[in-house]
Amino acid sequence: MYEFNYKKAGSLDEAKALLAGADDGKLLSGGQTLLPTMKQRLAMPSDLIDIGSLAELKGIAVSGDVLSIGAGEKHADVASSSEIRSALPALADLAGMIGDPHVRHMGTLGGSISNNDPAADYPAACVGLDATIHTTDRSLSAEEFFVGMFETALSETEIVVGVDFKVPQKAAYMKFPNPASRYAIVGVMVAQYASGPRVAVTGAGPSVFRQMEMEQALASDFSPGSIEAIRQSPESLNSDLHASADYRAHLVGVMAKRAVEKAS
Amino acid sequence: MISVKTTVNGEERSADVEDRTLLVSYLREHLRLTGTHIGCDTSQCGACVVHVNGKAVKSCTMLAAQAEGCNITTVEGLADGDTLHPVQAAFREYHGLQCGFCTPGMIMSAVDLIRRIPDLDEPTIRQELEGNLCRCTGYQNIVKAIKSAAEQMAS
Ligand SMILES: Cc1cc2nc3c(=O)[nH]c(=O)nc-3n(C[C@H](O)[C@H](O)[C@H](O)COP(=O)(O)OP(=O)(O)OC[C@H]3O[C@@H](n4cnc5c(N)ncnc54)[C@H](O)[C@@H]3O)c2cc1C
Ligand code: FES
Ligand code: FES
Repeated sequence: MYEFNYKKAGSLDEAKALLAGADDGKLLSGGQTLLPTMKQRLAMPSDLIDIGSLAELKGIAVSGDVLSIGAGEKHADVASSSEIRSALPALADLAGMIGDPHVRHMGTLGGSISNNDPAADYPAACVGLDATIHTTDRSLSAEEFFVGMFETALSETEIVVGVDFKVPQKAAYMKFPNPASRYAIVGVMVAQYASGPRVAVTGAGPSVFRQMEMEQALASDFSPGSIEAIRQSPESLNSDLHASADYRAHLVGVMAKRAVEKAS
Repeated sequence: MISVKTTVNGEERSADVEDRTLLVSYLREHLRLTGTHIGCDTSQCGACVVHVNGKAVKSCTMLAAQAEGCNITTVEGLADGDTLHPVQAAFREYHGLQCGFCTPGMIMSAVDLIRRIPDLDEPTIRQELEGNLCRCTGYQNIVKAIKSAAEQMAS
């Protein structure tokens, strides 16, 4: 790793000030993406600002049809929270599928969505569960927040504080994991709301997207059969050594059907 | 440079380290606790797993500075004098290691896993070992050792 200065923030305000005052400061949450990237010398921030123990970023609460989770909540705590298990089991399941137990003990919701890895799981939850993302500056819908590959709407000094997920009537997440890394080759979150169904796909494209054709079919008949004939186009999907765009397109259909089946 | 104070295997320890020092280097190079291994540079192998405040983490993917004030257990801290921890004893009994490189991380992960999940069955053990790679054993005897230790510790 290149050299940097480590600073522990005692509050969100202090973290913001430290970010603004640094040459090229970066927030450190669970470190499960940032530290491996720095070890590979793919990033060289001048300062790391540790927000990992800020109480302001913690908390899990259900109020009416909204489940709020602090940006600093770790994957393992989301997976094992009894409140989330009962309000939104699909989200607890998703958190429990991230990486391995050690990664889940450190990695956080805020770190995952801020990084917006095309193969990360949480973006599918945010878009599929119609989430609102609260930052130190404003509130954004998930669709506004995720901009492109490793790119979000966040400014240089903006910090994700928490995410409000809308509790659906039913939902399920299905993922085809890369057998080595466990990241999603394709992951699909399907949710049913009074206002209609949502289908969010991660892993397949440069960034998470909604599969509108499937949403329309599920609106009239929420069953695996209703999306059977829908073919995801491979155009603009990712192609790499793990999977071709054609294969990913095929997996979108398979994972979506399995998710609908699990949710029904 | 920063001074990092921790409690390691029940003893208070401190060392002056660079800001960029990883927890695994703090343990191995500054405290000379070389039981914790480094098997990769991609956070995937799990040879470096230790417990920080009771939770299994990859010490190669955490800064020493982040562990300030924390309670750390390494593989050196498991045995009670000359009496091996039940998981260590089971790895010996079931031949859960060959070269032994992955073993400290496997054992620390297994202790964490047994503590978290009651009534462990074989598929669960295999799934929970996702973050630990072994190039020698084929996992068969590691899984047997963990299952036996879990049963013994529950009784
Ligand atoms: C072996 C391995 C397997 C993995 N498998 C998966 C997987 O299957 N699925 C998956 O989704 N992920 C996986 N991950 C990634 C993991 O989920 C990370 O925890 C996550 O992507 C980043 O969260 P973090 O808290 O560790 O963030 P960090 O690494 O600390 O930070 C990541 C980025 O986000 C920024 N950031 C952090 N917090 C905030 C905030 N509150 N506001 C604004 N910016 C912020 C940081 O500055 C940095 O740029 C894996 C990681 C490893 C090492
Ligand atoms: S050395 Fe830590 S995961 Fe390989
Ligand atoms: S015993 Fe050699 S790597 Fe596991």
